[in-house]
Amino acid sequence: MSQPTTPPAEGITRRDMFKGLGATLGLAAYAKALAPLTEWKPFESVEDFLQKHYSELSAVDLEVVLKRIEKDTKKQYGADVQVSADRPQPGVKFGYALNLSICIGCRKCAEACHKENNHDRPSHQSYIRVLEMSNGSLDLEKGNAHYDHPVPAKDKFYMPIQCQQCDHPPCVDVCPVEATWKEPDGIVVVDYNWCIGCRYCEAACPYHARRFNWSKPQIPAAEINPVQGYLSNRIRPQGVMEKCTFCLHRTRNGKLPACLEACPTGARVFGNLLDPDSEIRWVLQNKRVFVLKEELGTKPQFFYFFDA
Amino acid sequence: MPQELSINPQAMRGWNRAVGGGSVRHRNRVSKLSTTTWTVAVAAVVAVAGGMAFAQKSKAPAQAAGEIPRVASAAPLHPVTIQRPAGPPRVNTGTTNFHGQAVTVACGTCHATTQPNARTHTSAELDQFHQGLKYAHGELNCLSCHNATNYDTLRLADGRSVEFADVMTLCGQCHGSQLRDYQHGAHGGMTGYWDLSRGPRTRNNCVNCHDPHSPKYPLARPVFPPRDRISVPVKAAAANH
Repeated sequence: MSQPTTPPAEGITRRDMFKGLGATLGLAAYAKALAPLTEWKPFESVEDFLQKHYSELSAVDLEVVLKRIEKDTKKQYGADVQVSADRPQPGVKFGYALNLSICIGCRKCAEACHKENNHDRPSHQSYIRVLEMSNGSLDLEKGNAHYDHPVPAKDKFYMPIQCQQCDHPPCVDVCPVEATWKEPDGIVVVDYNWCIGCRYCEAACPYHARRFNWSKPQIPAAEINPVQGYLSNRIRPQGVMEKCTFCLHRTRNGKLPACLEACPTGARVFGNLLDPDSEIRWVLQNKRVFVLKEELGTKPQFFYFFDA
Repeated sequence: MPQELSINPQAMRGWNRAVGGGSVRHRNRVSKLSTTTWTVAVAAVVAVAGGMAFAQKSKAPAQAAGEIPRVASAAPLHPVTIQRPAGPPRVNTGTTNFHGQAVTVACGTCHATTQPNARTHTSAELDQFHQGLKYAHGELNCLSCHNATNYDTLRLADGRSVEFADVMTLCGQCHGSQLRDYQHGAHGGMTGYWDLSRGPRTRNNCVNCHDPHSPKYPLARPVFPPRDRISVPVKAAAANH
């Protein structure tokens, strides 16, 4: 004998109540998930969004883009800057050498880079990381970049590491959108407006030379270096990769890089690898230079040497 | 053969000039050549002229020691200026004159009447003046570099005097490898242009960075360490949480 089923009650059933509860929770969760959008302020204009890849910009397009960046910098940072797009010079391939016997690890190069390249102030960002290494070892894993005592310390040597401008750059190979490439003068550059910030290149670089802009760079207007390059030291947007460009806004105009000028001991040698009479060629021909992680086949154009 | 050394004053001066342009360099060298090497020199000049006639980028075949070789380029090169000491140092007497300016005297003012002592190594051995001068420069004594017959100049190892402004000639006598590196742009700080066809360059001299009495580069307080997320050491990051 089965019990007779109770007839459905009028009004709200238990089932209806659960449906309603589920729908309310679902809507609340959806609203919560979308909440960040209400705080989102587009600091990217429509022109920014629709801009073509650097290599596809015509001269006129590029001029418009540079002017727009200057205007945006004025609006966002209150600084008057000049953004240029210097081209590689024919017959020039840049090379850099660093004398580890002379470097004392004062980080003046990193400071100069910080200022020259309009790095984010709070993070002390710079393209150069100076490793304090123990004499007799070249194990980069054991290098300490955070030393804070008078230098040079006993039984230590100092190894500044920045982008090695590899001839076979793994960072370029992994970029899914071709936002980074190697220029004819040897500089690996990033189109900050094309970069999607996936950070593959950061992971691919064996020298830890690439940096990510976790936040919008904060720089007081008075400290902004107004001489800027599209591919180098203009203020980067949030969420893109950046890297050392051998100060191409300087070096493509014949000047020495900022880190070299700042070096108080003269440990750095910069020049044109294609000029047989250049200082860098003299170093390569007369000093026992080595490159970092040669076994990876990246062919760095940054050389280290010790005085004999 | 002191004339053949790269560190002798003539060669230094010739080199300093040669940094700015090629023509001076050639004239200078030819005038120094002895008659026995005349024919070789003429042949070299002819070879250079011949090379240029074929519009080839050729270097002078025999670079004199200490010269910075440069690409033969049509564009005039900007000069490389080597900072030099203004002249002999002046010693502050610690007194001020009627106008409130510090009174300084030349070295020779006192040394004209004092007897030179070739055996003095450090200021600690003196009972007056130069007290507290930190000295740490090998086994040299004062008169190894200071000229006992004229204290407003310096003294080369062979006894010739050399101006304070030409101090690099003096340093280069012993520190030949550093001078060689310097002459090839691989030692010493510089500012300006790597490309001399586009702008000039300024270079430090030895004593801009090295105290001649205690030449070891001093300890320095490093600039701020990086604080980017990825490079914060594990221990420090853990301590912050």
